[in-house]
Amino acid sequence: MKILTCPMNGPRNIDEFQSFGPVRAEPDPDMTADADWSRHLFRAENRRGMVVEWWRHVPSNYFFLAERDLVTNEIIRTFDASERRAQS
Amino acid sequence: MPLRLLKYGLSRTYPVSGDIPATPDLKPSYDVVIVGGGGHGLSCAHHLSKYHGISSVAVIEKGYLAGGNTARNTTTIRSNYITPEGIAFYKEAVELFENLSQELDFNVMFSQRGQLTLAHTEATLRSFHARAEMGKHLGTRTEVIDQKAVEELVPSLNMDYGGALEILGGLWHADGGTARHDAVAWGYAAQASRRGVEIHQRTEVEGFEVVGDQVRAVRTNRGRIACGQVLIATGGMNYDVAMMAGVELPIRCYPLQAMVTQPLKPWLHTLVSSVSLHTYLVQSSRGEVVIGGGSDPYQLYSTRSTLDMKEHLSEGAVHLFPFLQGVRLLRQWAGVTDMTPDYSPIMGASPLENLWLDCGWGTWGFKATPVAGKRMAQAIATGRVPDILKPFALERFETFRLLNEMGATAASH
Repeated sequence: MKILTCPMNGPRNIDEFQSFGPVRAEPDPDMTADADWSRHLFRAENRRGMVVEWWRHVPSNYFFLAERDLVTNEIIRTFDASERRAQS
Repeated sequence: MPLRLLKYGLSRTYPVSGDIPATPDLKPSYDVVIVGGGGHGLSCAHHLSKYHGISSVAVIEKGYLAGGNTARNTTTIRSNYITPEGIAFYKEAVELFENLSQELDFNVMFSQRGQLTLAHTEATLRSFHARAEMGKHLGTRTEVIDQKAVEELVPSLNMDYGGALEILGGLWHADGGTARHDAVAWGYAAQASRRGVEIHQRTEVEGFEVVGDQVRAVRTNRGRIACGQVLIATGGMNYDVAMMAGVELPIRCYPLQAMVTQPLKPWLHTLVSSVSLHTYLVQSSRGEVVIGGGSDPYQLYSTRSTLDMKEHLSEGAVHLFPFLQGVRLLRQWAGVTDMTPDYSPIMGASPLENLWLDCGWGTWGFKATPVAGKRMAQAIATGRVPDILKPFALERFETFRLLNEMGATAASH
């Protein structure tokens, strides 16, 4: 069983979690052309390598971020969303 | 008798048909370069050479012939989709499969035994009615059947009367079936190579020379090939290969896992699939029970198997057929699927004038092998995308004209 370390709940089986896919830029709906909006909706990061993704711990409904390697499936680190806001 | 057999075997006149010719040297240019030596690419090569008189074709394959998702799927063939565009397309695929052994002079072991999809909830049953009506309207054999009819079709099924997963009815698709996946690829390869198509195994694309809106050449580990037209049909590699040409596809890659049990006496005569359990079963002609389900729950470029998914599939299989509980698993495997946002493929033109796409085949590619090859060959030969493919264009994401097949695809095959 693969273990994912939740920033709030600690190490748990990965089947307790739900993946919400790679973090995307959040465009302003009023300022975005249709083509860019389509891009935002349908084209997610899929390159071989590191990706930062949204995950949710289902029982506690806690959303957080994880940095993971899409080839080796290694989870590099997990962190609270506030850390991302602090960076940007 | 053994002497006669020996004489026959050693006879010089006995035509031993070699499988696929050995990989020849690369020529400096071809009219058409097909990237990907799986079912789709080989089917396209066959149709180009047989029906369009184009035999200056190179199929280039990074590994060995049909060793990717062509070898890893669970061979389901069906046309009981939801959208009219999807049904029309897959209906043609089923029709081509019905005649494929004759077309290829190669037994692909097409077995049209019907697919039964089970509903455990009223909501699923309602969606079945929509699928059945759309299917009937377009001329496929798809109907909703009640509990009694389900029991008659598959007497060994656990109906779970009064339970949480009671089977309320089913979607019976008499057109559904299976075929031998390797034979489909080999049949196309043999036909195409007989007409002059070159199949280059262990030939990996390293990049494309793009000038303006044209691909001038394909760079491979065995040299540069100038090309008239290029088709990308690389299954789980579609995102990467298209990116080499500067085309970013709306694709995310997920593993898809499957497994087979030890051989049993023939007892399951249809394909059985459960939407709620995300599990489907089919008994192969060897007697093994092939068990599959949905893709993995998160993106990954890996063909590893997981205990979680094996437990999940086993749980579904044992729930439907409790007597399977003591049966052993023989093999397990996975493939990388190129999933699109709407669970429909991306076929047709690309932003580059002579680059064609046969991509986004996710978990639904094998069943489309004949029709995708036929129609892509038509597009490449004439320069015009046939009407049946137009709804599957890459532009549909920009115009928000999606073909949502999630309900008919994701949960069950």
